[in-house]
Amino acid sequence: MRFLPTGEQSEFARTLRSLLGAAQVPATVRAWAAGDHGPGLALWSRLAGTGLCALAAPEAYEGLGPLPVELALGFVELGRAGVAGPAVETAAAVVLLRELAGHGEEAPAKRFLPGLLTGDTLATLTLPGGSPYALDADAAGYCFRVAGAAPASASESAELWLAPGWEERLGSLDPARGLGVPAAGGELLAAGPAVSAAADTAARWARLLTAAQCLGLGEALLARTVEYVKQRTQFGAPIGSFQAVKHRLADTLLDLEFARPLLWAAALSLSDGDVAAAKLTAGEAAYAAACTALQLHGAVGYTEELDLSLWLRKARPLRDAWGGPSQCRADVIRSLPQTTATRRVTT
Amino acid sequence: MDLDHSPGVAAFRAEARAWLHEHVPDVPLPSLETQEGFAAHREWEAQLHAARWSAVSWPEEYGGRGADIERWLVFEEEYWAAGAPGRVSQNGISLLAPTLFDHATPGQRARVLPSMASGEVIWAQAWSEPESGSDLASLRSRAERTEGGWLLSGQKTWSSRAAFADRAFGIFRSDPGAAKPHQGLTYLMFDLRAPGVTVRPIGRLDGKPAFAELFLDRVFVPDEDVIGEPGQGWRIAMSATGNERGLTLRSPGRFLAAAGRLAALWREQGDPADTALRDRVADAVVGARAYELFTWAGATRFAAGGEIGAESSLNKVFWSQYDIALHETALDLLGPDAELAQGPWAEPWVFSLAGPIYAGTNEIQRDIIAERLLGLPKGRR
Repeated sequence: MRFLPTGEQSEFARTLRSLLGAAQVPATVRAWAAGDHGPGLALWSRLAGTGLCALAAPEAYEGLGPLPVELALGFVELGRAGVAGPAVETAAAVVLLRELAGHGEEAPAKRFLPGLLTGDTLATLTLPGGSPYALDADAAGYCFRVAGAAPASASESAELWLAPGWEERLGSLDPARGLGVPAAGGELLAAGPAVSAAADTAARWARLLTAAQCLGLGEALLARTVEYVKQRTQFGAPIGSFQAVKHRLADTLLDLEFARPLLWAAALSLSDGDVAAAKLTAGEAAYAAACTALQLHGAVGYTEELDLSLWLRKARPLRDAWGGPSQCRADVIRSLPQTTATRRVTT
Repeated sequence: MDLDHSPGVAAFRAEARAWLHEHVPDVPLPSLETQEGFAAHREWEAQLHAARWSAVSWPEEYGGRGADIERWLVFEEEYWAAGAPGRVSQNGISLLAPTLFDHATPGQRARVLPSMASGEVIWAQAWSEPESGSDLASLRSRAERTEGGWLLSGQKTWSSRAAFADRAFGIFRSDPGAAKPHQGLTYLMFDLRAPGVTVRPIGRLDGKPAFAELFLDRVFVPDEDVIGEPGQGWRIAMSATGNERGLTLRSPGRFLAAAGRLAALWREQGDPADTALRDRVADAVVGARAYELFTWAGATRFAAGGEIGAESSLNKVFWSQYDIALHETALDLLGPDAELAQGPWAEPWVFSLAGPIYAGTNEIQRDIIAERLLGLPKGRR
């Protein structure tokens, strides 16, 4: 048993962190929110160059994986940097296509995976049981839509469509997230129980990687706030020396530190219960970190001009994307073993 | 990264499970915070010891199995899952023994540890004093030099298990002229039945004497019962408080078992329409899993040579808050039956309420987290 990232896994995360640290991410996010996807797509292409997307795909499709632990560690870094765009959705599309190929439907994988793995193209998608809104379809080269009963199950049939775009772009609470309902019609790529099963797996990966982003986002919010309270003085002392401030930040760290191992375990097992637990905990921790960051920055934190806003505005949408807290709690309960024998209680 | 146990660990788990299945009493023992229950738990300790399960992580020469941290955690999981009794030897095994392994002489270890492992001698901790709780360095009870040993005088309080225990350990001011409050302290073991010791049991919230006040009037302690060098008591004691807050006091096994029972209770009595309560059950299940995994990550770090430092404060705040939330959820599920003093969740709930207070209050733990882990400046408390 070795329940810590290996040297190679940590090294991969460090590589991404340093790439993102040098990439002027806030400027790309502000451009993305303004409708200029160029800098964001260029960044995405560099990220793909590290093999990020290839981690979700098997070697048979020129992938490196599937390596969910590495991918999750990578998405922590995307969250930390506050990267905009359908990163989770692109990875989930890779999983969907890969799974479909595993069930004998190879044509879509052969057609779409090469561009997604190299980072030439981003994808977005909607899946049964998930949000009706696709993320950033205007920036993605492909908008997939899976139609079928929710939640998907292997015994049911579903259809995979390549949508012709979306009906209209709707604003998100986070201006760097564009939302829209995929337009009906388009091209039918596959149909049958295999699509249901693949969609189910893709949704689980999407939830896992969103949890990873939440963790990184929360860590970034905590780090920025710690720096701020060390230098901001009131009553002649740094506000970080006040116990009320310290305790709030201690609780933020606590939430994040206990979410992290849940994320790792979810990446290892990819079980419904573990993934739901990780998403629930990381999502709540990130949102709580955002509330604390806002409060401790005071009014300056409540402005859009401070870069902090780029992270603050993501916290709530990410907490709710691909399964909000209520959905995750229901999934945790559903995943419990069905034992009812009451054993003894001891102190 | 993985969570896979080796075949050797799996075999260890199977052996523990089989023994516990055969030996855990069918009827729960009386509360260990009563005279009768204390005696019954002492017998259980003897039974555990006979099969070398009472202190699995100790070397074999003292009655243990030399189990590594992974096996210890696995044993704890099996122990609590089997519904085995609470551990009356816990203070000695989890607080004093680690200190002895780090700081005692071989002779002291040989003298103290075997009778601790067998339950023949049950130890109470004697840290706090009426004026010294979180500010432990302010303690005032004295150890004065005398021929062949020391004379202890003063008052200790909130001494867990002392109402029925045999011996106690704590720190005493041996050099009142020392420059700083945490200097000039000495770590000593003493007999609770020695001349000069008066034990006054204190009833906790449910009336059970779970702790006691100790009045010490020139109690003689021989030199052989000093742990480490005189005057070094603070440094030695601090290595024990890390244990208290960290792994050894609250292993994940007990929370996993409790969360499992809570989930079973939800199935039996829960109202499917009450999603608020269902959500709290889910949170309890997730919390136990989080604590388990956090512990495995810490154990991996520890096994690789890392130390459990200020991270133990994260641990302590988490488990103490978790414990209360879990038990409150159980009481809410029970409805009117929750009030019954004899109910299976009643005493554990009372016990959980003390969690944020003992082992260093959660306020102090948050200060430690903020200052040592986040690097925030020290300030007025």
